[in-house]
Formats: sequence, C-alpha cells, structure tokens
Amino acid sequence: MTDATFPPAAEAEARPVRFRGGGFRPSSPRWVGALVFVVLIAFLEWGTRAGFISNLTMPRPSDVFATLVDLARSGMLWTHLVPSLTRLLVGGAIGAFVGIAVGVMIGLFSVVRAGLVPLVAALFPIPKIALLPLFVIWFGIDEASKYALIAFGTFTPTVVATYGAVDNVDRTLIRMGQSFSLSWSTIVLRIVLPGAMPGILSGLRVSLAIAIILLVAAEMLGAEYGIGAYILQAGSLYDLERLFAGVAILSLLGVLMSGTIGVIEKRLLGWRA
Amino acid sequence: MDLRLESISHRYDDVEVLRDISLDIPAGRIVCIVGPSGCGKSTLLRFIGGLERPTEGQVVQIGAPPADSINPLTYVFQDFALLPWRSVEGNISLILSDHGIRGRKAESIIADVLARTKLSEFRKAWPRQLSGGMKQRVAIARALAVNPAVLLMDEPLSALDSQTRELLMDDLIALWTRQPFTAVYVTHNLAEAVRLGHRIVVLSRRPGAVNEIVEIDMPLADRDLANPELDAKQKHLWHLMRAEAEAADKELVHD
Ligand SMILES: Nc1ncnc2c1ncn2[C@@H]1O[C@H](COP(=O)(O)OP(=O)(O)O)[C@@H](O)[C@H]1O
Ligand SMILES: [Mg+2]
Repeated sequence: MTDATFPPAAEAEARPVRFRGGGFRPSSPRWVGALVFVVLIAFLEWGTRAGFISNLTMPRPSDVFATLVDLARSGMLWTHLVPSLTRLLVGGAIGAFVGIAVGVMIGLFSVVRAGLVPLVAALFPIPKIALLPLFVIWFGIDEASKYALIAFGTFTPTVVATYGAVDNVDRTLIRMGQSFSLSWSTIVLRIVLPGAMPGILSGLRVSLAIAIILLVAAEMLGAEYGIGAYILQAGSLYDLERLFAGVAILSLLGVLMSGTIGVIEKRLLGWRA
Repeated sequence: MDLRLESISHRYDDVEVLRDISLDIPAGRIVCIVGPSGCGKSTLLRFIGGLERPTEGQVVQIGAPPADSINPLTYVFQDFALLPWRSVEGNISLILSDHGIRGRKAESIIADVLARTKLSEFRKAWPRQLSGGMKQRVAIARALAVNPAVLLMDEPLSALDSQTRELLMDDLIALWTRQPFTAVYVTHNLAEAVRLGHRIVVLSRRPGAVNEIVEIDMPLADRDLANPELDAKQKHLWHLMRAEAEAADKELVHD
C-alpha cells in the first residue's frame, strides 16, 4: 500500500501566488530629498509671483536668497555665523563628550547606575532654556553661560542614548572577551564601545538637533551677534526676508550636521552594511 | 595539565541546577558532556573555564599549563561570538595584541591558524560575509591562536546545518589527530559525542548529576558511524538519555 495522495486538481484554475512580501526597508536615494526641497521652493516662488500667496504671509524665495547673498557680501554673515558655530561646537562637544562618558559609566558600574539614572530622569524633562538665567548667574552673561546651556541640553539625551546602547551590547561578546582573558580596558574600548556605537550615533543625531534649538534660544535671550540674534532682530521688525534667511541658515546647519554624522556612521559602522 | 571537578553543586536562587558533580579531565583527551536540555551543561562549562563560580565545590587545575599557552582555558561558543566590526584577521589579532603579541609574531600565528582551518583566503573578510560554518571555523582559529591547554566547546556545531556539521566534525578530528588537545565538548547530539569523545559523561535531567560515564578507546581517526561498536555505544547513550529527556520535557510544562 502506498501513502494516499490527493487527486491532481487538473480542472482547477491556476494563478500566481499573491505577493505579500517587500517593504519595511526604506532606502534613501539622495535626489529624492533634494527634489522635495526644489519642488517646495519652486512652488513658493511661483505662488508669490502669481500673487495667490501674499508677500505679507510668505517672502519670495528669490528675495530670501538675495538677502543671503547680501549678507555674505557685506561680511555680516560671518559676523553672525562664527559666534554661533563656536557656541554650537564648544557646547555640543562638551555635552556629547561628557554625556557619552557618563552614559558608558552608567552602563558599566552598578553604583553609578543606581545613583545617576534617577537624576538623569529628573533632569531630562526640564526645559533647559528655563535655566538660562541660572546659568547667567553661575557663568556670567558672556559665552560661558551659552556653552553651559547647550552642553547641558546635549548631555541628557546623549546619556540616555548611550547607556541604552551599552545595555544592548551583546553579552556573549563580553563573555568572549573575558574568556580570552582580555584586560578590562580592552573589553570596554574594543568590545563595549564599538558595540554601542550605532546607538550612540543615532542618539547624537537627536542631541545635536536639540543643541541647535538651544543655541538659537540662548542667542535670542541675550547676544549681540549670532544667527539667533539676527533672527530676533528681523522678527521684531517683521522683516520676513531676513527672518527666513536666518531660518534657512539654521536648516542648512541642521542638514550639515546630520550629513556629518552620516559620514561618521559610514566610516565607523562600515561593518554593518 | 589536567582538570578535576570536585563535587560541584549549583543553584540559581531557588532552582537547583547541578548536584555533586565530580569528574576528571585528563590531558590530551576529549571529554563529551551530554544531557537533556536545561540540565546545566552550559553552566558546568562556565565553571570549568572560570566564567562563573559554583555555589559548592571547585574546579582544580593539576599541573601547570605549557609555557607557550597564551590562554590555557579557551572557549568556542555555540553562537561563534565573533566581533562583527572586525575582520577575520582582526578578530584574532585583537586577542593576540592584548596578550602583547604584535607585528611579525602575530602575523605568523594568524597565518598558521587560518591555514589550519582552511580560511587563508578569507583573512580580510567581515564576519557578515561568511557562512555559519566558516564563522565557526574562524572562532576555532581564534581559539587555536592562543594555544590553549584545554578547549571548552559549548555545542559548537549546533547552530549549523547537518552537512556543515559533518565537515567541521572531520576538521576537528583532523586537528586533534595532527596534534592532540584536551577538550570538554558539550553537546546534545549523541552521534557527535561518540565520534569525538574519549569519555562521555551523561548528565541526568535538572538538577544535573552524573548518570553514567562511557569510555570509548577506539582512536578518533578510525571512528565512523557504520562501526557496530560505536553504534552500540550510541544506542546505549540514547537509552540512558531517552527517559531523562522525556521526563525533563514533561517537567518544563509544570514549571
Ligand atoms: N544566569 C542564570 N540565571 C538563572 N538561571 C539560569 C542561568 N543560567 C542558566 N539558568 C538555568 O539553569 C538551568 C541550566 O541551564 P544551562 O546550563 O544553560 O542548560 P543546558 O546548557 O544543559 O541546556 C536552566 O534551567 C536555566 O534556565
Ligand atoms: Mg546550553
């Protein structure tokens, strides 16, 4: 006796199996991002020229561009950009560095974890800009208080991202390091840190965007030069061209920053590919 | 260097995992540990290599390891444990350099172990580019690079498909035949145990205790699965394990 088989379904209709896979795997061809910008700007330009967007509600993109060119020609662009970039770099670097260091410590030592995790949770939701007056009292009205504000604002999200990333490092890899009698520092530097790097870098993306927001806020509250001060002046005069020129610079700064992290990711995380 | 386990017992909180295990691991032999899943084989192996401490008993080392042994007790893990951000070569060089071996000396060790595991062409490859069997060969190469006195292997072939397993088994036998090493080999696969083990320790279900120790004297190179003596041993092992495995399977439901 043979095993029973089903009779062949000769008469039944044959059709291809419905495709249900695919998706959930975004890739990002560069030109699409650029296209979105171009289309948006072209639309605004066309709308303001055709007149269905009033000049009072939206400045014409070409005028904003002309304002930017003027700004660059007169040299005022650098007068505003240099202090802003310095604040961003100094404050952001301090915040990111201390944040990564503290985050790694929280990830590695029970005492530090027990002591600092609640503190960080308490600090995280404070709107940092509300503390600017405090920082002015502590660090003076000059640059130091702005550095402190930006550093503090980058610090908290970086800490949270970093210790989460350290927690997620594959324990079997650490066990492997110990089983080969690797030194503690080698395990931390060559196993824990590289393993946490993807999480740390994606945390930095968020932290640095927050740094830009705080930069502008700090400059609006008290600075002679800086992109924030420039926007504030333009805003108080309802000079929309200059306001938008300032905002465009900020956006560019954000894109630049995110691009830089992208380059770092490519170099450091090439192994993921 | 020999190892001796002296009445090892262990509990995780209120779960008794191992009960009074005493065992000798003589130099130059392969000791296989088999037992139903969850009986504490991996835990026992972690004690042997000093990655964890038992609640009672101890593992003692008899005699000094060879002077040229960089890391006397060396593991090969089931899931390979390769660093994905380092190339094949980088995974090995990291360990050598941490033990102060760099430059030309490291170079020659790496070339030698990669040749022994037939990986010379894949020196620069990333782990993600390798198949499972190749990854485990890299892990074995890495273990050989530190010239271990005892190799501790926790189901090294379990993550691989059966053809790859067969090939790697032959590789292990060839490595041992060329230069006998001491090994503790944990597996749940009885065929692997009779191919590779000089001494097969059968553990009971949790709490794991030594149920029986089966010795096989036949040289590794002569063993093939068609051999009636090996077949009988394997049947005997299966007979021992079967009841335990069935009982263990039922217990898990009640836990
Ligand atoms: N770190 C741990 N904490 C608590 N229980 C554990 C731990 N490791 C293993 N166990 C338990 O100990 C028992 C033995 O585990 P293990 O040694 O991995 O078994 P095997 O390798 O034989 O399958 C299991 O019941 C497991 O749940
Ligand atoms: Mg196990």
